[in-house]
Amino acid sequence: MKRTHRIKGPAFVVGDNIDTDQIIPAKYLNLVPTIPKEYEELGRYALAGLPGEECFVPEGADKTPYSVIVAGKNFGCGSSREHAPIALGAAGCSVVVARSFARIFYRNCIATGEIIPVEPSGELPRIQTGDEVTIDLDENKMIYEKDGTIVSLMPLGEALPVLDAGGIFNYARQHGFLG
Amino acid sequence: MPKMTLTEKILCRKSGRAEVRPGENVWVNVDVLMTHDVCGPGTIGVFRREFGKEARVWDPNRVVLIPDHYIFTTDSLANRNVDILREFAKEQGIRYFYDVIDDSEGRWRYKAEKGPFKRQYGSRYAGVCHSALPEHGHTRPGEVLLGTDSHTCTAGAFNEFATGIGNTDAGFVLGTGRILLRIPPTLRFLLDGELPSGVMAKDVILHIIGMIGFDGATYKAMEYGGEGVGGLTMDDRMTIANMAIEAGGKNGIFPCDEATVAFVRERTEAEGTVSEFEPVEQDLGAPVEAEYRIDLSELEPLVALHPNPGNRRKAREVTDIKIDRAYIGSCTGGKTSDFLAFARIVKGKEVKVPTFGVPATPRVVEELQRAQLGEKTVWEILEESGVRMTENASCAACLGGPEDSFGRLNSPMTCISATNRNFPGRMGHRDSRVILASPATVAASALAGHIADPRD
Repeated sequence: MKRTHRIKGPAFVVGDNIDTDQIIPAKYLNLVPTIPKEYEELGRYALAGLPGEECFVPEGADKTPYSVIVAGKNFGCGSSREHAPIALGAAGCSVVVARSFARIFYRNCIATGEIIPVEPSGELPRIQTGDEVTIDLDENKMIYEKDGTIVSLMPLGEALPVLDAGGIFNYARQHGFLG
Repeated sequence: MPKMTLTEKILCRKSGRAEVRPGENVWVNVDVLMTHDVCGPGTIGVFRREFGKEARVWDPNRVVLIPDHYIFTTDSLANRNVDILREFAKEQGIRYFYDVIDDSEGRWRYKAEKGPFKRQYGSRYAGVCHSALPEHGHTRPGEVLLGTDSHTCTAGAFNEFATGIGNTDAGFVLGTGRILLRIPPTLRFLLDGELPSGVMAKDVILHIIGMIGFDGATYKAMEYGGEGVGGLTMDDRMTIANMAIEAGGKNGIFPCDEATVAFVRERTEAEGTVSEFEPVEQDLGAPVEAEYRIDLSELEPLVALHPNPGNRRKAREVTDIKIDRAYIGSCTGGKTSDFLAFARIVKGKEVKVPTFGVPATPRVVEELQRAQLGEKTVWEILEESGVRMTENASCAACLGGPEDSFGRLNSPMTCISATNRNFPGRMGHRDSRVILASPATVAASALAGHIADPRD
């Protein structure tokens, strides 16, 4: 199955330095992501650690209405918990556009294939939560649907075929790194 | 042989290359893979899903399982996660499983009715993984250590490449013993002089993170060198390497000297682990992305204020900030030397705010209960000063955890802590605040009820 390279949906907007405790608070790390019921439950708590009133996953809901997160710099800093990209993916989000990513979070996005992590090559427009955006991975651009502004995205490079394969295991099998 | 940094030399050796350069991707052979109760069950799940139910790990003597995160809690899922590790260890014949209980057929259940202070673990339990790994002879110069925990970089103190990975990567390593790694560029920190009284290794790393920013080393190796390294104990080096991730770093790494060799020899021989190792030698002529010089003798006690580890201030400049709680423990600040520094300051005095002490490992508990400062043991001094000391060594409230975790911040409050991270809600309640400091600064602040400089 080839991953879609065009994602359109409402964006959830956050600031700089959203760490893994805000993405998935530590008290939910008792959940094991490979147990299907607990995977789903992790999705419910995605971004539950964000201070403030705004909810990524509405109270009582299982999924987020936002398929894209637009963030500032250093998204995913902190812990190596894979629960972080998994919670976002389980909630129904598929792309995070951030000015920069912390290393382990970025790698976990790609290894799991849960989240497409992309960085803009220029300034992001002033997007508000709920605004529609389109991410196009073939043309490496983000379209802000409100006024048609186009933001260039840095190419995913070597990470894209891994994401296309659905994570490192499928990718490794396809390329003969695994028996 | 081209000039290479410590990190490049190790990854070059372990990938079988003649030379590596930053930015290259190489397949690396892993010496040790560590996982714990929070990420182990998911890692095992990935391993079984991808390699099949009958699959065997690549080498059962190179997999180290250390339950340490959510142990002394009645949370039934957390208790179950320890049981998952036990079943896997048994099924795979994993020798280095540091179980909470002694009964290999048993199930782990924490008994809240016994209270949080007295030990509830068996003879094999090892405590916080990053302190337990060196104690139990699993850290060796020149090796590659991967762990499903961001503070795995602590082991860089022992002249090895050590970094944190996710469950999926760890599942891959479990099955293959290999991982694809990118060679990181290196930032070199040359340390001169000696730490003055009242200034600790924690202040060195808070200084560095404040200087380069808490994403200043993202994707990079942080290599230490210079004459000042010789004056740092292995505990000091562990504290500094431990917080590489708090600057976004991939790893922190120290050169190997007599202190390193003596420590590793003693621990590997006592524990019967692999006792042969081949250090990598530092080449200060190897090209690096940036080089910094730090005079240790000029450093002062520091804090990192909420909400990130780069928010550096001199303790003396922020004494107006009041605290509601103090905490000493974790892989960063829970070693014997950390509690000793704390005890020297609180000896004969009384803390003004609720203060919680969680030793990193059972061995630290034993040492504190045996070592004397004057007439009394360190443990007695701490308890008499009002510190709530638990024998249940674990990660406890450092990362919040289940709501009954010892010392957890369950309401919006400000805590000064000898731990490593202070992002919003890190130690519990979403609106609580954490101030990071050295054990000495935490002690002085606990006595004052506000941020205080331990030299005052």
